[in-house]
Amino acid sequence: MEEKYLDKIRNFCIIAHIDHGKSTLADRILEQTETVAKRDMEEQLLDNMDIERERGITIKARAVRLKYKADDGEEYIFNLIDTPGHVDFNYEVSRSLVACEGAILIVDSSQGIEAQTLANTYLAVENDLEVVPVVNKIDLPSAHPEEVKEEIENVIGIEAMDAPEISAKMGTNIHAVMEEIVRRIPAPKGGADAPLKALIFDSYYDSYKGVIVYVRVKEGTVKAGDRIRMMASNAEFTTVEVGYMGATELVPCSELKAGEVGYIAASIKSIGDTKVGDTVTNAAKPAAEPLSGYREVNPMVFSGIYPADGAKYPDLRDALDKLQLNDASLSFEPESSVALGFGFRCGFLGLLHMDVVQERIEREYNLDIITTAPSVVYKIEMTDGTVKMIDNPTNFPDTTLIAQAMEPMVNAHVYAPSDYVGNIMELCQNRRGVFKDMQYIDAKRVDLHYELPLNEIVYDFFDALKSRTRGYASYDYEMMGFAPSKLVKLDIMLNGEVIDALSFIVHADKAYERARKMAEKLKEHIPRQLFEIPIQACVGGKIIARETIKALRKDVLAKCYGGDITRKKKLLEKQKEGKKRMRQFGTVEVPQEAFMAVLKLDDE
Amino acid sequence: MIGLYVHVPFCRKKCPYCDFYSVGFREDLAEQYADAVIRNLRFYNEAYDTVYFGGGTPILLARHIPRILAECRISARAEITVECNPFEMDAETLNVLRAAGVNRLSVGVQAAVDTELKTLGRTHTFKQAERAVITAHEVGFDDISVDIMLGIPEQDLNSLIYTTERLCALPITHISAYLLKIEPNTVFGKKPPVLPDDDESAELYLAAVKLLKDNAFEQYEISNFARDGMASRHNLKYWRREEYLGIGAAAHSFYKGKRFAIARDLREFIESPRQIEAVTDDYPDETEEKIMLGLRLSEGIPKELWERVQGGLPLIPEQYYKIENERLSLTAEGFLVSNGIISTLLAHLEDI
Repeated sequence: MEEKYLDKIRNFCIIAHIDHGKSTLADRILEQTETVAKRDMEEQLLDNMDIERERGITIKARAVRLKYKADDGEEYIFNLIDTPGHVDFNYEVSRSLVACEGAILIVDSSQGIEAQTLANTYLAVENDLEVVPVVNKIDLPSAHPEEVKEEIENVIGIEAMDAPEISAKMGTNIHAVMEEIVRRIPAPKGGADAPLKALIFDSYYDSYKGVIVYVRVKEGTVKAGDRIRMMASNAEFTTVEVGYMGATELVPCSELKAGEVGYIAASIKSIGDTKVGDTVTNAAKPAAEPLSGYREVNPMVFSGIYPADGAKYPDLRDALDKLQLNDASLSFEPESSVALGFGFRCGFLGLLHMDVVQERIEREYNLDIITTAPSVVYKIEMTDGTVKMIDNPTNFPDTTLIAQAMEPMVNAHVYAPSDYVGNIMELCQNRRGVFKDMQYIDAKRVDLHYELPLNEIVYDFFDALKSRTRGYASYDYEMMGFAPSKLVKLDIMLNGEVIDALSFIVHADKAYERARKMAEKLKEHIPRQLFEIPIQACVGGKIIARETIKALRKDVLAKCYGGDITRKKKLLEKQKEGKKRMRQFGTVEVPQEAFMAVLKLDDE
Repeated sequence: MIGLYVHVPFCRKKCPYCDFYSVGFREDLAEQYADAVIRNLRFYNEAYDTVYFGGGTPILLARHIPRILAECRISARAEITVECNPFEMDAETLNVLRAAGVNRLSVGVQAAVDTELKTLGRTHTFKQAERAVITAHEVGFDDISVDIMLGIPEQDLNSLIYTTERLCALPITHISAYLLKIEPNTVFGKKPPVLPDDDESAELYLAAVKLLKDNAFEQYEISNFARDGMASRHNLKYWRREEYLGIGAAAHSFYKGKRFAIARDLREFIESPRQIEAVTDDYPDETEEKIMLGLRLSEGIPKELWERVQGGLPLIPEQYYKIENERLSLTAEGFLVSNGIISTLLAHLEDI
């Protein structure tokens, strides 16, 4: 049974390469539908995390409901879901896609198709979404919309000749986009009387209302007072409130019906009971089968996160629990380190993701943390025939016990102007890449296809790529399994003591170079102390690099004048505070920045 | 009996490295200021065995010092010090001080090399400073201290040896040798001069300690040296955590168990009926302070104190401290990194 109200609903998201104008278009749509009063309008309205505004990126998907009076005289309800563009946050994109019937694809008319344009479009097509292309930034002098449209047709294979040419920044032609949404994106399907099936696509913790789940109702109806059940965890709750997402706040409503996007609050206290991807049903009239949910995202980069102050270990767990609630791709389990005490081994989708999680822990939960060098997962075949998966360098077995070490590989595509092909090839070669092929996207731009070891790109590949292409290159990758490799564990010793948190796994050919850089970086970031500190890097007990931090010579308040000892006390207080940000290894104090600094080894 | 500190916040010209509180000298202000000091002294019913006029340039207040001292109950053998700029030390002024009972002078000589003095913004030449010290000695002062500054622009080992030897030849009993520290709210802080680096400064300091010792100046504190046991009794009160009362704008006190300071505000001090004590510490921790202050002294701290921080001793290189006669003290090299040593020790302070 098809419901009449469904004809007036459009659920869609906006997909694009990073910086092609996604959040700006979302802002304009909010303005045009007068969802937000002009005076409340601020840039990147949907990006409400501080980090997002500061970095100008979208990390979390966000949903908002709008009303639009179309040219046909009818009023439509739009559910717009803003999505991130960076490759690390693809999982957020794919989760949002399940809640939609269509996607607006934005392409920057001065730049053309980029790596993530393609990656995100393919995701949308895989999810049976109607893709509506839009060509943005036509106000720029370097815009060439006609060529870009051709590119969309040739490279992606969707019709684009009639795509609206807009400037989200100037507000040009936004109306055309709205009409395209009405005209081309299909209305949702579903029966309001069928047993409830609502897909959880996001959730967060509210200190008053408990866990709030964002859902797309596929079948049935949910309202306050309903007894609901999470089909995967079987946990049951009584719905306290349902509603939809206004631009700046949650708006309660009487019920959510099939085809609609909204939220459910049910005094859910435990974060473990709600899993993104799970199906919510009615406990009294349950659905037979859950929705298919999502493909689990596998973390690719692992690192240890430790509280700077050991006593804050429970707070760190709490913070990770809450973050995981609205970041399903974050995984963690307890681990301990000789050097750093108790902490968690965390899995991330990439370095940006790791950066963001770390920053959110520090900002939103006010915790000082120490992060260890990121590692990928290695597959080790042992001489006794067993296979070990190693994501922590500390557990890397003795070389004599290893039959074959394997490392994860990726298929990477780099999009860039052809002028930079030489630079990119040089970089990929340095990173142990294997060239597969090269294709011209248009007369000036190429798609370079490489197989690269994941551990060569997790550290700083994107930065290196950008610096070699003046920021013009973009890249995307997918996992392709394990390949045999010559791997060794590199240990760092300070004053003769191995600091386990600084160990990492590296390709044998790169051990010397990395050891030397590690030692230099540490020397730069560990302040001079009362003792001289030898820094040694070694592989299998053999020292391959060495630096020395000279002993501190002068650290004295010479004048304590007129009996003013407050100054000296303040200084000592400051030093005491400073010590809290330090880790003590024997007689050596290592500032937390040193742990991070060694991650950013420039390969210049 | 306690110490009395009177801050005199007047200078004819501000030195570019100095961040102590002072304003331009004006005779009328000086008179009002002295009145305010006297007014305040009357609120405290104390007897003093040391008095110290610090600044600023206290000798600018010379005309009023006799009436200020006349207001205080002072023990017969008290040490009474006035800080002097060589420029102001004429025989007449010095005689006024001497007649008022002042028996110790601290002279801001800073260096014996005129180019160095000029970089430091000092208005006197070394010859003038030398003349001033001799004049003071001639009018009868037999306890004279001079300041040397270490780690200043252009200073090297040779110029330091020169300065030390020229100063040691003067009729003085005491030397304060301070490592220059650039303070943010000074001319140097805003436009930092080129200084010897930390390693060079450390070498200069160690050289100064040795040179002074060779000239019979025993080190008794990080920056203070004395001949014939003439250590400053007033300054020792600071390090031994004995009480002193501070009067005047920007003066600090450790009085009746509390630490407090007076605002850096000349007007407020002159106009308030009584100086306003801003408490900086109501209950200063005795153990912590005794360790922190005592380790600035060559005599160090007794066993009952260092026992409580001995957990930190293994984290300190052996050449930086010694334990003699059950007292823990820092060596000259240890003094140089005393901030790090003291904070490491205090981090290991155990409760009894």
